[in-house]
Amino acid sequence: MRFIFKTDYNQDIRLFQHGGQVFWYGLLGVLLLAAPFLVSGYVLSQLHFICIYAIVGLGLMLLVGYTGQISLGHAAFLATGAYTEALLQAAGMPFFISLISAALFSAAVGIIVGLPALRLKGIYLAIATFAFNVIVEEIITRWESVTGGNSGKLLKAIEIFGYRLGSQESFYYLCLCLTVLSVLALINLLRSPTGRAFVAIRDSEVSASCMGINLARYKTMSFALSAGLTGIGGALYAHKVGFISPEQFTLIQSIELVTIVIIGGVGSLHGAVLGAAFIIMMPQGISIAKGWLPDTIPQAGLQSVVFGLILIGFIVFEPYGLYGRWLKIRTYFDVFPFYRRGTFRRQRNYLRSERLR
Amino acid sequence: MLSQFLQLTLAGVAQGCVYALVALGFVLIYKATETVNFAQGDLMMLGAFFALTASVILGWPYWATILFAIVVMALVGMLIERIVIRPVLGYPTFTVVMITIGVGYVLRGVVTMVPGWGTETHSLKTPFGDQVIRFGGAVLAVEQIATIGFTAALCLALYLFFRFARLGVAMQATSQNQLAAYYMGIPVQRVNMLIWGLAAAVAAFGGILLAPSAFVHSNMGFIGLKAFPAAVVGGFGSVPGAIVGGLIIGIVEALAGFYLPEGFKDIAAYVVVLVVLLFMPSGIFGETARKKV
Repeated sequence: MRFIFKTDYNQDIRLFQHGGQVFWYGLLGVLLLAAPFLVSGYVLSQLHFICIYAIVGLGLMLLVGYTGQISLGHAAFLATGAYTEALLQAAGMPFFISLISAALFSAAVGIIVGLPALRLKGIYLAIATFAFNVIVEEIITRWESVTGGNSGKLLKAIEIFGYRLGSQESFYYLCLCLTVLSVLALINLLRSPTGRAFVAIRDSEVSASCMGINLARYKTMSFALSAGLTGIGGALYAHKVGFISPEQFTLIQSIELVTIVIIGGVGSLHGAVLGAAFIIMMPQGISIAKGWLPDTIPQAGLQSVVFGLILIGFIVFEPYGLYGRWLKIRTYFDVFPFYRRGTFRRQRNYLRSERLR
Repeated sequence: MLSQFLQLTLAGVAQGCVYALVALGFVLIYKATETVNFAQGDLMMLGAFFALTASVILGWPYWATILFAIVVMALVGMLIERIVIRPVLGYPTFTVVMITIGVGYVLRGVVTMVPGWGTETHSLKTPFGDQVIRFGGAVLAVEQIATIGFTAALCLALYLFFRFARLGVAMQATSQNQLAAYYMGIPVQRVNMLIWGLAAAVAAFGGILLAPSAFVHSNMGFIGLKAFPAAVVGGFGSVPGAIVGGLIIGIVEALAGFYLPEGFKDIAAYVVVLVVLLFMPSGIFGETARKKV
């Protein structure tokens, strides 16, 4: 068991709490940097997706996990990011400008969605974001002169300062770099007053506003930041897939994005990354497992059942997600042999008024 | 012109009735357990499939089909409550919402995997066939009128049940305050289970009414997603609100499909819900709950 004796306020907000963390994250960083030389092209391609989904997951985690606002419409922000990138690239903009524009435009859309969020709570917010998602999808389908409608849009490889990122490796480093930057940005944000305000809003809106937090401002900000990150993810997604069309940004996609947060563990940045990795690897796992099953079972149905069961299983048995499971295992060994089963038990509220925030 | 309007409105009302039935399922479950059941549309789909099995494969008459589907779905609903919802009772709303989304995935997947069910689209025959009534220049399909009639009858039955039956009153009490109901000797968990059964049965009824106009296939549950706007417009947690909301959405959709350019029909429901939420954050009949500190 490690005891950290804090003697300084700055110690509390340090990036790495102790030497062990420096070592393990350093090792992870080295492995990720070396990945193109270690794994096959297919695995590398999956790593692209994990990075992209991790960025989106981080954005969603900020909104759902840290600010406590529900969104079932994040595929719409993914779409705005992807289409902004596609259009600006076609117009000949340099990559960094188009990427930043994608983020800014998505954030602007996020503010528009965030405005009703100031008055809506819980399920009403979920429905409003979900309605928004459907409307955006329909706009993309119908606005053919700009978005190409159902025939979609094609994207070329990224060019940075005249250097063409055509290869798998270079695109991997770009994705990795942006993912790490997003993680660092969020860590910094969450230890700043703004991040603390988000968490306060999540825990109780009433007490947050009593503490002088401007609910409207911070909720809108959270929506904008979340949408902006998702927009960056969308831009990368568009380049990764190379072809975007409205049916990639449906409600189903939104639900899958929320699943990243749930499976990873609500309220932890690790969770966003772990959840993204899980979501990307799951279909592969299912197709491997399908080899042992009779051929009559269709892939689509099986995937849907397994996906549903995993989602239910996580919520019932491991409400803190993958990261929570890891935390429990670590705590078990940390305090061995004094781990108690109730350590991480969640509180249940049966009274309606207690559940109002 | 007027007859056309009448015809569209009737079609909208008939479609709205289906939305209203699914929305009713949402509201019943929401009122009792404060869970929003995203699998409601999929329960409707499953109900339609059971009806299909009874009518096409077993060759039963229409009324027996309805009865069969409703009974089976009531059991399915209770089973779902017992297995997945009860363990998470009292957890934050969003958690439970995600569970019902998971249930929806499982139901859809299972239906796809059942041989003879999932891969094809089927149509369910009704005794009303394609008969029409001509009324002052408007052509009204008997099927649509039957849908409206059935829905009205079901609403009346539910009203009487909640008003006069012991169990119905117990359900109302549970929905108002679980803890107080528990202290009064109401078996809250069992009541919740029965409510899930009831909601699933209502959904099955909706599925049967929807089946003749839309085909029966594993993704028909997505129509249930239009019932969300219906429930929200009416105000989640209000039974008459669900009916009114469903009718509003149905009528708006039918009229938008005819008078507005292509594409508006699909999003009309969502535009309506956004507008309503903008001005009335908890719907038309919704109750506003405030936290007292």
